[in-house]
Amino acid sequence: MKNALRALVLALGLGCASIAAAALDAALVAKLAFGDNDEKIAAIRAFVTQGEPAAAPLLDALANGQLQTAGERVLIVREEAAIDAVSGETVTPLPEAREDVIANNRVRGELANAVAALRLLAPDRALRFQAVKELETGASAAMLPLVRRALEKETDAEIRATLALVAATIEVKSGDKTARLAAIRALASSDSPNTRSLLGSILLKQRDGRFVEPDADVRRAAEDSLIAVQRHLAWGERAGLLFAGVSLGSILLLAALGLAITYGLMGVINMAHGELIMIGAYATYVVQNLVRAYLPGAFDAYLLAAIPAAFIVSGLVGMALERSVIRHLYGRPLETLLATWGISLMLIQTVRTIFGAQNVQVENPAWMSGGIELMANVVLPWNRIMIIGFAALVVIGVALLLARTRLGLFVRGVTQNRAMASCVGVPTARVDTWAFGLGSGLAGLAGCALSQIGNVGPDLGQAYIVDSFMVVVFGGVGQLAGTLVAALGLGVINKLLEAWSGAVIAKIAVLVFIVLFIQKRPQGLFALKGRAVEA
Amino acid sequence: MGPLAQTITRLYGIRGWIGIAIAALVLFVLVPVLNLAVPQNHPLHVSTFLVTLSGKIMCYAIVALAMDLIWGFAGILSLGHGLFFALGGYAMGMYLMRQIGRQGQYQSELPDFMVFLDWKELPWHWWMSDQFWWAALLVVAVPGLLAFGFGYLAFRSRIKGVYFSIITQALTFAAMLLFFRNETGFGGNNGFTDFKRLLGFDVTAPQTRVVLFAVTGATLLGVLLLGRWLVSSKFGRVLAAIRDAETRVMFCGYNTLHYKLFIWTLSAILCGIAGALYVPQVGIINPSEMSPANSIEIAIWVAVGGRGTLVGAIAGAGIVNAAKSVFTVAFPEYWLFFLGLLFIGVTLFLPGGVVGLLRARRRSRPVALTEAAP
Repeated sequence: MKNALRALVLALGLGCASIAAAALDAALVAKLAFGDNDEKIAAIRAFVTQGEPAAAPLLDALANGQLQTAGERVLIVREEAAIDAVSGETVTPLPEAREDVIANNRVRGELANAVAALRLLAPDRALRFQAVKELETGASAAMLPLVRRALEKETDAEIRATLALVAATIEVKSGDKTARLAAIRALASSDSPNTRSLLGSILLKQRDGRFVEPDADVRRAAEDSLIAVQRHLAWGERAGLLFAGVSLGSILLLAALGLAITYGLMGVINMAHGELIMIGAYATYVVQNLVRAYLPGAFDAYLLAAIPAAFIVSGLVGMALERSVIRHLYGRPLETLLATWGISLMLIQTVRTIFGAQNVQVENPAWMSGGIELMANVVLPWNRIMIIGFAALVVIGVALLLARTRLGLFVRGVTQNRAMASCVGVPTARVDTWAFGLGSGLAGLAGCALSQIGNVGPDLGQAYIVDSFMVVVFGGVGQLAGTLVAALGLGVINKLLEAWSGAVIAKIAVLVFIVLFIQKRPQGLFALKGRAVEA
Repeated sequence: MGPLAQTITRLYGIRGWIGIAIAALVLFVLVPVLNLAVPQNHPLHVSTFLVTLSGKIMCYAIVALAMDLIWGFAGILSLGHGLFFALGGYAMGMYLMRQIGRQGQYQSELPDFMVFLDWKELPWHWWMSDQFWWAALLVVAVPGLLAFGFGYLAFRSRIKGVYFSIITQALTFAAMLLFFRNETGFGGNNGFTDFKRLLGFDVTAPQTRVVLFAVTGATLLGVLLLGRWLVSSKFGRVLAAIRDAETRVMFCGYNTLHYKLFIWTLSAILCGIAGALYVPQVGIINPSEMSPANSIEIAIWVAVGGRGTLVGAIAGAGIVNAAKSVFTVAFPEYWLFFLGLLFIGVTLFLPGGVVGLLRARRRSRPVALTEAAP
């Protein structure tokens, strides 16, 4: 305890000062540098028990192969500068004859956790946070005093909570029954899968039927805590599932939104819709390469250019298709279906010829990688979150466009009554082209979004065509709200079923469900009311 | 004239019957003789490869006929006919797998892929699969029952047009996913292959190939005559009326559900039979036969040949698949371009298909397109 207090005072005193300047126990440093593997491990443990924060750079240097010996001296060598490991003084000039201190895998395993433990006292919050996260899985009994001390000193609530759990995880394995019971109770507030397996291991039975843990009180406490942990974990899983469902829903929504315009509003069956998505993804790929080649500094912002590029390229291709082929087939939906299928085959082959049949690499910008850790078992990736937000923006944009702009007014007018719209002077042919271009551009946006989470290849669109038609048909033709509800609903249902029955069965179940649903309610979830239904 | 003679003259005129007689002669006499009796290096020899290829294309022609019956004559475009074809193929494939016996790679009674998955016994749906009559029954019953159930639900709720097409596509897509799973018990990705015997005969022997070819040809002619008989009867007229103005037919007191359901189920069964004939000739069946792309290709065969003409469907299947065989060998990278152009060109410029074009030329006036689908 005296030792601990001394170290605490030392740590507080040196909190802001250069840690490397602190003097270390020379005997331990020598043992670490010159001893055999067992002695090295003993030294590492001793450092941890002492809880000397200044040892962290030393151990870190050993882990990174920066620890060298020159005669009797132990040096931390970084590039051309060397620091004496014991005194912390800078050594100049660099001694000529130096030898690396080698750490084998056993030593390395010990090192990683020791460095993390020592970092618990680091002044930088991010360092401490990272350290405590590492210790969640790899804390050993030797670290208990250090963890306790860190706990007394810690002010950050989040780190404190995790530290308390780490301490409890260590104490569960200790000998004292009261401490163990207290630790087990403390663990009830954990939401980590590791705690679940730890508590589960207390309740295991041996082969002869007796419990591994002889003490019934401990077992009972563990059982109670385990139930609590499992409840937390279940919430995490549910939240993760919901997020996955919404994420899938937002992707379906993006893929189906363009179709909701071309099929839902205009009644054109565009089987090449998936290929327009694919073209949007390839447009993103090309923009990425251009930015990388000419503006490497702005690489993280390439999506800003890729989003309009994908919209415009797919939109133009769509308008060209409308003008050249689809226009001549209005009123003949089955022929439109076949002709647009032909177009989709040609687009696939064109892309294959230009970019090759292999998938191409589209990289996430740095700000889209990583994720938010909601709970120990739920991480929400940034790219998924971004796509959900993007889908929401696109839906709002399309809704505003249809409700508030002149083009939107014309599109709705032509949808409801083409002849009458034409009579009052709406240029119906031009409106068709623009509306088709809009729908195709939306497909391009979907492609841009998809390129951030999946493979980009010539067959990208084929995977989405059946799904997007299902969304539009399920939601009700001619209704944006229907598309929105159907996409999110199908996404969540699909993920829920997936957790329960596996991905393929879930997908089949959803398809069969839609097929049966359409039999009962051919107009979809949201039906147009009034005369338009019979048109 | 007796009723039989009446029926005969109703089906085809004298030129039509002569054509059928010539076709029968080629299928049942000429090709077998040229393949089996003429020595290999003789210029008139027909290779077994060509026999098998033609047999395969004739299977496709049966599918095209089945498609034409519902699309050309009843106005229902199915994008799921590949499913019925594949189901017939799988039913036959199960029997062929059992015929391998212990000659598989693992020398087990079970098919190789089951040994590979470490299964100890046949799953329930393989019951009786070693009996040919049971396989033959499944070939007809599985596609028939599925089509009947699906069609009953769909037609009863008056789903038609594009809606129907899209949900048939979803159906075949779902089935493809199901058959891709190993746990479904149909060999997963790889499906069935490495067949050895059919009814005890070696499937790779030229004699067996020729017999299969002739059986396929006979089936094709039979389906053609059956189709002709159907569409030239009163039933066929009601179908055409449903295609052109379903509501009016209903107002006249017909229950269109029965008509559509009958032709839809028949069409699925014909596809199943075609699939069953296809598998022993091609030697493999796997879930990619159920992919939506395959089903939609069937529609283009019919469109190329000429919708609403049975001969056109056969011609279309022949032309497109012969072109595919040539193209995919000579310039594989252009096949999709060609197929895509075919889809666009036929729908835009050739609504009557090749047969429509020929008829127009013969009459030297534009053919009135009576079979425009809704």
